[in-house]
Amino acid sequence: MLWMALFFLVPFLIVLKISFAQGLFGQVPPYTPLIETGADGAASLRLHASNYAALLSDPLYIAAYLKSLLFASVSTLFCLLLGYPIAYGIARAPRVLRLLLLVLVILPFWTSSLLRTYALIGLLRANGLISQALAWTGLIEPGEAVLHTDLAVYIGITYNYLPFMILPLAATLVRLDFTLLEAAADLGAKPWQAFARVTLPLSIPGIIAGTLLVFIPAVGEFVIPDVLGGPDALTIGRVLWTEFFTNRDWPLSAAIAIAMLLLIVLPTLLFEYVENRRVAREARS
Amino acid sequence: MKRRPFTLYTMMALGYAFLYLPIVSVIVFSFSGSERATTWGGFSLQWYGALMRNEQILEAVQRSLTIAAISATAAVALGTASGLALSRFGRFPGRGILSLMNSAPMVMPDVMLGLSSLLLFVGVQQLFGWPERGMTTITLAHITLTACYVTVVVRSRMTSMDASLEEAAMDLGAKPWRVFFVITLPLIAPALLAGWLLAFTLSLDDLVIASFTSGPGSTTLPMLVYSKVKIGVTPEINALTTIIVLLVAIGVSVAGVLMHRRERKLARLRD
Repeated sequence: MLWMALFFLVPFLIVLKISFAQGLFGQVPPYTPLIETGADGAASLRLHASNYAALLSDPLYIAAYLKSLLFASVSTLFCLLLGYPIAYGIARAPRVLRLLLLVLVILPFWTSSLLRTYALIGLLRANGLISQALAWTGLIEPGEAVLHTDLAVYIGITYNYLPFMILPLAATLVRLDFTLLEAAADLGAKPWQAFARVTLPLSIPGIIAGTLLVFIPAVGEFVIPDVLGGPDALTIGRVLWTEFFTNRDWPLSAAIAIAMLLLIVLPTLLFEYVENRRVAREARS
Repeated sequence: MKRRPFTLYTMMALGYAFLYLPIVSVIVFSFSGSERATTWGGFSLQWYGALMRNEQILEAVQRSLTIAAISATAAVALGTASGLALSRFGRFPGRGILSLMNSAPMVMPDVMLGLSSLLLFVGVQQLFGWPERGMTTITLAHITLTACYVTVVVRSRMTSMDASLEEAAMDLGAKPWRVFFVITLPLIAPALLAGWLLAFTLSLDDLVIASFTSGPGSTTLPMLVYSKVKIGVTPEINALTTIIVLLVAIGVSVAGVLMHRRERKLARLRD
């Protein structure tokens, strides 16, 4: 417990602190101290808001935030569309087969995500299987590569996070009472009607859990846009990485991190709060 | 209901194909004799030979395995303590903060965690002259990240478990530490194993946090692979991936068979 305080809370406060410092180059650590001791021995607090001002004034950062949100939301949607039928099939499968199907979903997750992303490169090249398949359906020109486009990033994130969508969905769908569907059929509902009015509403908790599990880490994703995306696939994770490793501007990276936290975590907490209230209200009525 | 399964099965097959297509293609090309990583040049084991001779990769593998084993073990110890506290001690001061601190690193993006850990290490090093950036700092950062996941696993096991056994032992006069080692620990052993494996994999897989907290001469396997992917892919990586996939598949199958046997034995005992 002390460990978590030491290695999680304290670093967070340090990031907050450094985000208010100013960058110094060629020094370790490369930023100004917050508390400066003057000639008369009095300590004064120096807070620089310049990093936050830079975030707001430079369109690069705002564009990166928007790009991150775009990547994350489109990929989450893909995950949902692809993952729902799989989760549904797993939930309806007999017990032994269900276990096997679940293991098959988790198995790729146990190998390195970097290696799996790397594996996608070959398929997304101009003569790769996925590029050829998409050219065949007419979505892209023949001989064109998906690699280094936004589509490649969508495919990459969807591929990497699909298990995180399937598992909570399957867990919810397993508990679904299938006699309700039979009842709907008896009452004359067509299969798609039964799905839209019974299955889908009842699986909403799973959809929400899966969406959060995919969406939040996807916003901060660094590896996938960097490896699969083009130079314009600048996500906030990539910007932070570049500011830190290439430009060596520690305070600015800290400010980016804090802003990312405010932009992702706060809305999520708010959403969860509203959702919990809604569930509680429904339980009462 | 009778016509739907066909569409469902097609969609499921497509989904699974999507999950396995990249891995299968890497395995196929690891046996290719071609210099390029994506063109087929006849069956050959040359990349496996090249991999075995590549000191750089072997060293990185060894380093990554060491870090993963140490951090997983420490994470299980820490995670068990927090999981126990959160599920058994009722309301205690600081419970809310502990619970929050536990979920936060799982939600937070890697870049943020990596950056904050590094800044902490730099600060501490200025104060005490320790730790030097390298394997130690990577391991420490990995323990922090993976302990959260272990806590979640242990906690869910503890809450679903009946506390009456522990209470009974306590009523019979067992001291708390004895209750923990004789009753609680064996009962949560499967969760500890699952937590250890999860922590091990997470640590082995991590690129971002390791990059932030590493120092000279402490390149982990993901860092090495990342730099190689940037320069241009070498087919040795295909061979390496194949070996890892094979090991994971064997591990999962063995675990599956053991679980299946245990379940059958339990079922027979019940009859």
